[in-house]
Amino acid sequence: MTHVYEVFRQERKGQPFQHAGSVVAPDERFAEIYAREQYGRRQESVALWLVARAAVREIDEFPDEFDLKYRRVDGYSIKARLREARERAGTLDMAPGATDAA
Amino acid sequence: MSNRTDLLLSIADDELILGWRNSEWTGIAPFLEEDLAFSSIAQNEIGHARALYELAAVELGTTADELAFDRSPDEYRCAPLVELRRLEWARTIARHWLYETADEIRLAELKASDDPEIAGIAAKMDREEVYHRMHAEMWIDRLLSTDDGRSRLNEAVDELWPCALGVLDDDLRPELRRRAEERLGRGLSEVEAVPRGVHQAELAELWEEMTMVRRSAPPGSQW
Repeated sequence: MTHVYEVFRQERKGQPFQHAGSVVAPDERFAEIYAREQYGRRQESVALWLVARAAVREIDEFPDEFDLKYRRVDGYSIKARLREARERAGTLDMAPGATDAA
Repeated sequence: MSNRTDLLLSIADDELILGWRNSEWTGIAPFLEEDLAFSSIAQNEIGHARALYELAAVELGTTADELAFDRSPDEYRCAPLVELRRLEWARTIARHWLYETADEIRLAELKASDDPEIAGIAAKMDREEVYHRMHAEMWIDRLLSTDDGRSRLNEAVDELWPCALGVLDDDLRPELRRRAEERLGRGLSEVEAVPRGVHQAELAELWEEMTMVRRSAPPGSQW
């Protein structure tokens, strides 16, 4: 009886973990050894996440029946509007990058 | 040759020949993940051999490659345990576990050596061997968890036991027995160890294969 484990790897400290692939193993201990050998032996990762595929909840339905384009930001510059809104709210100095601008 | 060089070559030969034997599973291990893991362990062992040969080569005025490939089979100092060709998975795992258990005992002693180079290389090797032991131990647990696995493991260990004892010097053998018996939950037979230097016929075949390419080229060829 084997299980599939999904492996995520972090290339450098502080970077997001990204899906690397999967390993098939009889249990978590085997999976750990296999993940270590497949995704860590060349010093290509500083950390791995090992997740049983059975523990992953997949969501794959996103209905958009009425074609609500305005929910998407493509082709719509938000920067200036965001700045105006922040000025009104008095939170301009809390915005990301505000200290650089100051 | 000094005792120090003799010791370095014994361990280097163990690691080289076991690495070679383990790599015989590359491409044909029971499943893909195990194939990669076991091949990776084999590469580590050969890496350890190289580091040890390099240390010995300084004293002997030669190179790691010459020590690894240019000696005749009867000059190798490896233990018979690593020479055996065992292309059967239970025996392979039994050998792997017996070797790693013996190696842990040997490395513990070397790490405490007064010679800083020996202590240093032993500590370095041990940091990788930790994962080899994890791999071996998880397989032992797995095999011990079913009647079929247990009987195959026991049969393989009984067959290999005299050779396993031969990996270590006399004084360290009782510790190997204690650990192995405790792990298997049974006694192991009181047999004579098959000592280092008594080569199995399989070593000559391995040597032929291992040195074939090197022997086919003129001495001093660059790879």
